[in-house]
Amino acid sequence: MRVTFTRVGIWRGVRRGVPLLLGIAPFGVVVGVISLGKGLTLPETVLMSALVFAGASQLLALELWTNPPDILAVAVAALVVNIRMVPIGAALSFWLDHLRGWRLWGSLFVTVDHSFALSVAENRAGGRDAGFLFGLGVFTWFGWVGATALGHGMGSVVALPPDHPLFYAATASFVAILIALWRGVRQDVPPWILAAAAALGAQAMGLPAPAPLLVGAVAGAGLAAWQEMRTREVRP
Amino acid sequence: MTMRWDVTLAILAMGIVTYLCRAGGYAVLRAVRTPPLVDALLRNLPAPLFAAYVALALSKQDPAATLASVPVVAAHAKWGNFGLSIVVGVAAMALLRWAGL
Repeated sequence: MRVTFTRVGIWRGVRRGVPLLLGIAPFGVVVGVISLGKGLTLPETVLMSALVFAGASQLLALELWTNPPDILAVAVAALVVNIRMVPIGAALSFWLDHLRGWRLWGSLFVTVDHSFALSVAENRAGGRDAGFLFGLGVFTWFGWVGATALGHGMGSVVALPPDHPLFYAATASFVAILIALWRGVRQDVPPWILAAAAALGAQAMGLPAPAPLLVGAVAGAGLAAWQEMRTREVRP
Repeated sequence: MTMRWDVTLAILAMGIVTYLCRAGGYAVLRAVRTPPLVDALLRNLPAPLFAAYVALALSKQDPAATLASVPVVAAHAKWGNFGLSIVVGVAAMALLRWAGL
């Protein structure tokens, strides 16, 4: 089936993004509060969320934030955290190969881990409308910019303790996305266990973020790829 | 409510670097023919990425976080509704905190 990019697909992506906002918004509010604490103004905070649109790297950059800012240090922070997105873009070629111009480069601009994983799930389920990735990404972008602006605006009013149940929303959304990607015991259990074990091992060895994440993801994906290729050799 | 030029420059640098990460992998792949193993690896990337995410997130929190993930798994396997699964997780966590964990 031909890959398309329609308004229907974009809206489908937007609708999928609505519940995920519950997982993203608390994190965005936290980044906004920290941004205020580091002395960034509201327009600066909004600009950072709009241009960078990657929570973990914004958090790390804000931790390293100095006055005046060390441009090289924050750029390196963005690089080391966001290097994980290099394979993500490549892994979306099943849809991106059929796009051009703003549809292609715009979709890449708003791609995040959530929209990546859910687009792969959508493609596996037979979805061929690349508007899904774009719609989900753009909606998440608005949600992210809005949440960080809200955090900055409300400041210390919304300063919750770090163990507040609300912050569990981010972890719960990761767990739900993982379950949405489930295919079967033999196919999924070994790579998932390897991914988790490799990530935790790399973390225990003291490797800085995002190295444990990358090590885990690549180890698990490598095993899954090997399993897939072996199965194909047995059953050509 | 102003924007300082040095702060703006730092944010611009972060934005450029991040976009290169987002678009660079795909741009390289479009230009270079990749071996089948790399294709298979990229096809299988999302679930291990999130398995690593979950493992790292749970390792940085107390045991209540791991316990609260059980009803999230059950809810999502049963209903497949992201909003509901997240609410179930937060509610489970609130319950565990209320119980003293």
